[in-house]
Parts: sequence; C-alpha cells; structure tokens
Amino acid sequence: MPLVYYLLLSAILFGIGVAGVLLRRNAIVIFMSVELMLNAVNLTFVAFAAHLKNLEGQIFVFFVMVVAAAEVAVGLALIVAIFRVKATVFIDEINLMKW
Amino acid sequence: MQNYLWLIPFFPLLGFVINGLLGRNFSEKAVGAIAAGAVLASFVTAVLTFTELLGLSPASRVLTQTLYQWLATGNFGVEVAFRLDTLSMTMVLAVTGVGFLIHVYSVGYMHGERGFSRFFSFLNLFMFAMLLLVMGNNFLLMFVGWEGVGLCSYLLIGFYYDRVFDETTGLTCAGAGTKAFIVNRIGDFGFLLGMFLIFATFGSLDFETVFSKAGASLTTPQVSTATFTAIALLLFIGATGKSAQLPLYVWLPDAMAGPTPVSALIHAATMVTAGVYMVARCSIIYLQAPIAMEVVAVVGLATAVFAATMAITATDIKKVLAYSTVSQLGYMFLACGVGAFTAGIFHLVTHAFFKALLFLGAGSVMHALSGETQITKMGGLRKYTPTTFWTFLMGGIAIAGIFPFSGFFSKDEILWKTFLHSPVLYVIALAAAGVTAFYMFRMIFMTFYGAPRMDAAVMHHLHESPKVMTLPLMILAGLSIVGGWIGIPHLNQFEHWLEPAMARFIPEGAALHAEAHEGSFGLEVGLMAVSVLVALAGIYFAYQMYLAKAGAADRVAARLSGIYNLLKRKYYVDEIYDALFVRPLLWLSENFFWKIFDVKIIDGTVNGSAKFFGGVASVLRRWQTGIVQNYAVTLVLGLIVILGYLLMR
Repeated sequence: MPLVYYLLLSAILFGIGVAGVLLRRNAIVIFMSVELMLNAVNLTFVAFAAHLKNLEGQIFVFFVMVVAAAEVAVGLALIVAIFRVKATVFIDEINLMKW
Repeated sequence: MQNYLWLIPFFPLLGFVINGLLGRNFSEKAVGAIAAGAVLASFVTAVLTFTELLGLSPASRVLTQTLYQWLATGNFGVEVAFRLDTLSMTMVLAVTGVGFLIHVYSVGYMHGERGFSRFFSFLNLFMFAMLLLVMGNNFLLMFVGWEGVGLCSYLLIGFYYDRVFDETTGLTCAGAGTKAFIVNRIGDFGFLLGMFLIFATFGSLDFETVFSKAGASLTTPQVSTATFTAIALLLFIGATGKSAQLPLYVWLPDAMAGPTPVSALIHAATMVTAGVYMVARCSIIYLQAPIAMEVVAVVGLATAVFAATMAITATDIKKVLAYSTVSQLGYMFLACGVGAFTAGIFHLVTHAFFKALLFLGAGSVMHALSGETQITKMGGLRKYTPTTFWTFLMGGIAIAGIFPFSGFFSKDEILWKTFLHSPVLYVIALAAAGVTAFYMFRMIFMTFYGAPRMDAAVMHHLHESPKVMTLPLMILAGLSIVGGWIGIPHLNQFEHWLEPAMARFIPEGAALHAEAHEGSFGLEVGLMAVSVLVALAGIYFAYQMYLAKAGAADRVAARLSGIYNLLKRKYYVDEIYDALFVRPLLWLSENFFWKIFDVKIIDGTVNGSAKFFGGVASVLRRWQTGIVQNYAVTLVLGLIVILGYLLMR
C-alpha cells in the first residue's frame, strides 16, 4: 500500500483528536482525544519507518507510548482529584485559572 | 608645638564622643568632669601654643598644621588644615577660656536635669565645631565649623524640646531651635555664594592663597572693586545670619529658649561672634570694597540702636541680655565697617567676658528664684544673693562702659575710630551707648533693688547658688574689670599683637584709603569723658525711673504709649516677617508645592503610569478565560498559521 494512505489515515485521526479536544466538555473524552492524537502521530512514525527502511521511527514510537502511559496515570489521577472536589468532570465548570 | 595644633579641637570632640555614647551610664560628676576637663585640656594646649607664638617675631606669628588632603578634584583641592595666627589665637583663648568657665558653671546649673549627659555632649560638640571654625585654614573648613556651631545651637536651643517657650505666641523650645536654624540657613546661603565667588576669582579657598592674591591686588589691580564688593557683601550676609544683625537678628531673642549656660556660651560669648571673626579674617577683602565697608558699618550701627531700644521694654531677664548681645554685636560690626578690625575683635573679647558673666548671673538669679525669668517679679535680690549681685553689677558696669572696666576701653576704641571715620555715625553710636547703660541698669535695679515682688513660695526657696556656679562668676567678674587693660589706648598691646594677622597680606608700599587722619590725643580723652558721662546719664535716668520715684516708669510708659507699645512688640518685626515671608511661603507650600506640584505632578506621574497599565490590562486580561479549550484553539490556530506560511513559501 502506498505511504500516502497511511499518512491520510493518520491526518484524519489527528484531526478527529484535535476536534475532540477543542469541542468536548468531558475531561475524560478530551483525554481520550489526546491519546488519539498521540497515536495518529505514532502511525506516521511507523509508516515512515517502514517506507524508509529505518528503525529509528519504530523506536521513537515506544518512547511516545511510554510517555502516553505515564500521562494517562497522572491525568486520570488529576481528574479523579478534581471530581472529588467539584463533583464534575466538565471542564467549563472548573475554569478557575482566569482573572 | 606646631604639630599639636590638632589637639585643641580634638579634646572636646573626644569629650563629645565619650559623653555622647556612654554618658547616660555615668554619674553627673563624671560627665561634668569629662566635659569640663576636655575643654580645660584644650585651653591648656592653647595657652602653651600662645606662649610659643609670643616667642616668635610679630611678623612670623603664624602656625599651621595640615592633617590630610580632604578633597582633590581637578584644580580644586581642600585640606584639613589648622591655622593659628594672632587672630585665631585670640579667638581660641577666648572660646576655650570662657567655655571652660561656662562648663564648670553648667555642672551646678544643670544639676538634676533630665538629659544631663546629652547637654554636656552637645556642649563639647559645640566647642569642637567652634574651634574648627576659628582654626580652619580655608573657607570650606571654616564653613564646616560654621554649620557645626549652627547645628549645636539648634540642638541646645531645643534642649527642653517638650516645653513651651513663649506662652503668648505659643512658640515651643523646639520651634525656637527650628527658627534659629532656618534663619541661619538664609545667611549661610550668602556665605556659600561668597565662597563660590572667591573660588571663581582666586582659584582657591585656602586663606594664605586667597588673601595673598587679594593683597597683591592693592599694588597691581587684578581683581575689580566690583568683585571685591560682591564677595564682601555675600560674606556679610552670612555674618548677619550667624551674628544676628539686621535683618536676620530675629532668631537670637528666641534662642533664649535654651538653658542659660547655652545662652551664655553660644548666644553671647562665642558662636554669634563668628561673623565678626569672619569679617576680620577677610579684612584684606573688605579693605578693597569701600561700599561693602560702609554697608557693614551702617548695618552694624543700625542694629546696635535698634536692638538697644528693644531691650528697654523687654521684661524677660534673658531677652534683655539677648537684645543687648545683638546691640553689642552691632558695635563690633560698626568697628569692622570703619576699618578698625582690631577694635572689633577687642570688643568681641571683652564682650565675651562681661556678657558671659551677665548671662551666667541671670542664670544664677533664675536658679535662686525657681526658674523665674520676668524681672517684674524680682526685686530686692541684693540681700539674698550677694555674690550674684556683685558680679552682675561688675558686668553691668563693664557693658555700660564706665572707666576703668573692660567695656569702657573696647567700646571707646570703637567710638573713637568711628569718630575719625564719620562724626555722624559717632553721635548715633554714642546715643546707643547711653541707651545700653540705661536698660542694663533698669534691669539691675528691677532685679536686685527695691522691694521683693516674688511669690511667697518662691521667696521661701530663695538661696545663693552653689560654689561651682559662683566661682566662674567671680572669675568672669575679674576678667570684666581687668580684661580691657590689654587695650589701653596708646599703649595698645592688643592692637600690636593682633595687627600683624591682618596686615601681613598688605604688600609693601600699598596705599590704603582708610586711616586718613589721626585725631589729636586731647580730643580722644575729651571724647572718652563724653562717653563716660553719657553712660552715667543713662544710669541716672534708670535710677530715677525705676528706683527713686515709684511708678515713674509706668507714667512714662503711659505718656509715650505709642512708642512704648512699638518697643514692647519689638517693632512688630516678627509679625511683619510672619506676614511677608512665613505665611506666603506656608501658603505657597501648601497650595502649590504640596497640593499641586506634589499631589498632581509627582504623585500624578507615578499613579498615572500605574493607572495606564491597569487600564490596558483590564482589556487584555479578557484573553485569559480560564477555559483550557480556548487556549487550545489559539494553539491550533497558531499552528495552522505557521504551517500555512511554510507551505505557501
């Protein structure tokens, strides 16, 4: 399959992720959208690695996945903590960082 | 001995440091011993130096010592250097000698006062500054001393800072100190300008350099008369402030708010004579500025008359003496103005003796009367305080100018030189001398003679002062009697001694306009007799009005009520200054400098810049919505713009 298919799929996944982050209210959904964006990037890495016969892209994906796993742990902990205080995970109700 | 000149001002400085830092832990005796001992040490050093000076030939009687270079910038250099010629030697001896007696007296007078050690540390600081003033070898060092004595004067006038001085005007002691300080500032401004002009003209502030160049101008004119006149007048403005001459004398009567020994030391014997010393020091400049000399003479004489008349109606014993001091200082300036600088310094010295005596005597009277200062509430003290009475009487006779007391010789020297200069000035000065005798004996009669007028409670406590106070009185009384004999006309030792200090800068063969004619000896003796008669007439009038006929003074006051009130209210000068300067300045300060310049312009600029950024921020801060998605949108938009730019390139 030509490279361009992978890249197109990756771009579509990334766009869906961005749209999810920008448009959804639920912090957990936003979180999942972020994961989607990360994996879109991973797909691009892998596609290029296969196309160029170069392992570095594959290796980089592992790093991304490790970071993403760590991020999930921290992010979910934050969401749980916020939920305990505010009894909500809708981010338009927890917009405290403002004037 | 030359290398020990610095010791003379050093001892009082040491006394100030010790008493100032540790004095509150010491007993009164220890504080007094340290303070008086420091001044005594200075006096002894001064006497030793004096004997050394006497051993030199008259022309070479100048000792100098340079401690170190204080300032050195480009062509301007100032050294911390001391100069002891016959003029400053005279001043140093008078200052330390009289100062020591007053220190001893103060130990008794200030006994039990709060701030005893503070008083003595200030007094020693004053001695240090005064010695710096008279011993400095350049104008700047002299100015440092000049300001130093002003500071000490301020501190000591306000010594009773929590008391009200004048019930009628509500002037506090602290306020009196502030008044003295501010009025002196006006004079100091003139002194500073004079110094600038001296530096601009002669390129130095060193006495030797400046006066040599000024003296050289006598034979080969290099500096214009106008410049000399300007320098002389500017320096004289400084002298009018420090020495309480018209129009800046107003601070001295209120300076009596300080303890009496302070009035004796600072506001009679030493500090206020600094102006006379300065004019005598700069005689070579004044001699080349005839107009300035005339101004000095006229201002001095006007002050002498003006202040003497105000002393007639004053009822506060210290204020009578204060006006008397202003008046006598006027005489000294009159002497300088007519070119008789040595006569001016001579009167300065004798005045230091008898005026210190009179002030200390007044302090002794107040001590006896539980602090009463109104002579209307005294009377008959002769019996109760005999030592004070006799010494006070000696001082009174001396200032009135009766032969052969010291005041006679010095005042007569001035009158004689004035007569040679201008008979018109002489007549006025003679009249002022009569008024001096009158008010002085009015005070003596009201204080020591007649029936006692004090309250029973005060009467009960009446007592002569302790030995530590009366002993200085007796020594000063002795000096008031014999002090004038150093300057007996025609064997004038004093003039021979002092003259070289002034004449050394006059080059050989230079023609001076002054001293055009010498009067005959017979005329001089005749005028002496006249001045003694005038003084006796003044005393006689005082006797008639205040002692012989009861109520005579009140009748005269009632008949001449217009003049009486004018004098009583001190010619309304304080009121006029208040309306002319103080109030407009206060109004301007409040309504312009404070409410417009400070509030609107200075605060306005600061607050305005804060308001500006606050306003801008209040618009920009809307950007920070607190909604993370808004920030993310911005991020994405930025990303699109960058990507777009990269693709379109």
